[in-house]
Amino acid sequence: MIPFDFEYYKPASCKEAVSLFLELHDRGKQPLYYSGGTEIITMARLNQVYTEAVVDIKGIPECNVLEQQGEQLVFGGAITLAQIEESGMFPLLAKACHHIADHTSRCKITLGGNICGNIMYREAVLPALLTDSEVVIAGEDGLRQVSIHEVFDQQLQVKKGEFLVQLITEKRFADQPFFCEKKTKLDKIDYPLLTLAALKVDDQIRVALSGVCAFPFRQAAIERYLNHRESPAAERVDNALRQLPAPVLDDLLGSSGYRRFVLRNTLFDALEALEGAET
Amino acid sequence: MSEKASFRIHVNGEGRDVLVRSADTLLYTLRDQLGLTGAKPGCENGDCGACTVLVDGWPTKSCMMLAVEADGRSITTIEGLTDSPVQKAFLEHWGFQCGYCTSGFIMNGHALTEIHPDASDPLVENWLQSNICRCTGYQEIKEAIKSVLAKTES
Repeated sequence: MIPFDFEYYKPASCKEAVSLFLELHDRGKQPLYYSGGTEIITMARLNQVYTEAVVDIKGIPECNVLEQQGEQLVFGGAITLAQIEESGMFPLLAKACHHIADHTSRCKITLGGNICGNIMYREAVLPALLTDSEVVIAGEDGLRQVSIHEVFDQQLQVKKGEFLVQLITEKRFADQPFFCEKKTKLDKIDYPLLTLAALKVDDQIRVALSGVCAFPFRQAAIERYLNHRESPAAERVDNALRQLPAPVLDDLLGSSGYRRFVLRNTLFDALEALEGAET
Repeated sequence: MSEKASFRIHVNGEGRDVLVRSADTLLYTLRDQLGLTGAKPGCENGDCGACTVLVDGWPTKSCMMLAVEADGRSITTIEGLTDSPVQKAFLEHWGFQCGYCTSGFIMNGHALTEIHPDASDPLVENWLQSNICRCTGYQEIKEAIKSVLAKTES
């Protein structure tokens, strides 16, 4: 049971949602945008999050888009991870979503919720980083469409009242070879030791990681070393491992040493899968 | 909607009026207001699947859904399943021991056989990983569901 009360609103447009959120904020209600809601319910039950009002974005048509528009794939923020898997529109994103929680939970967890949540893994952002996707953000001044790289730094950097409406990916990336693996310590359903997503574009391998550091990332230096084909695979991988942007996580799920060990092996797996590299 | 409000919820094919806090989960609304106790509280953290119901035909952990979110959706609980082949298969294959997780497994298995009657083994395992059986009856549960899929295929 959630031990405190809050108000529930379900606006029908982005404009209505933003103005409602800001009004609730001004009234001191500490509002939260609500999509799948699994993280809010879980944390509220444990008093780890508090709000006096939630604004549910599932009634906004733009947030429920899941379709190909010309040469672009459009994913609404309120689309569930299970819907993305079932759609088959973007196999790499489907695989990344497939690794999050369990199937029934994925029928509730949404794309926007996973990318914008407090839980640090945010695996659904990895394909977006690899494909230089764009995101549509709703805010006080209406909708703006920007590169994911402009607004995602460790987490989605948005102003008060802004929320993720859509993720837009060029369709050509859906046909590229990819590798996506989640490694856990024991159970299949658990938070990850790491998730590695890789995509081969124009003969170059792109890599994005979650669970290695305290935030998901794509690092140019890692890709530069991994794509240095003149060097042996072990040297490429070891050089890449020296380019991590922050300390490797060291927690109950896995020590930093174990995570590095698993990451090294998974990078070899990615190279083998995408270019048949000798390891 | 502020603190407490009434609305009509569509459960097992009929409209039922409920009075809920916005913070009430669907699980406790079903159990305490509508007397539908087939959805079981287990972990209440979205992990165990004992509270699984169907929302518009898809499995959903009712502890992870606010009752107010059910407005306009079609909810099916274990009480709403009559003569589902999965229920019969659980009996035939001994797909339960203590029975506490059974309704959640049946709801999930029923949805799987309806949505993916041609489900592959990996897909069955993928869906069943959503539920936990502390009596560890997994093999029998899987066999029960696969028997329904096999009949559908034939």
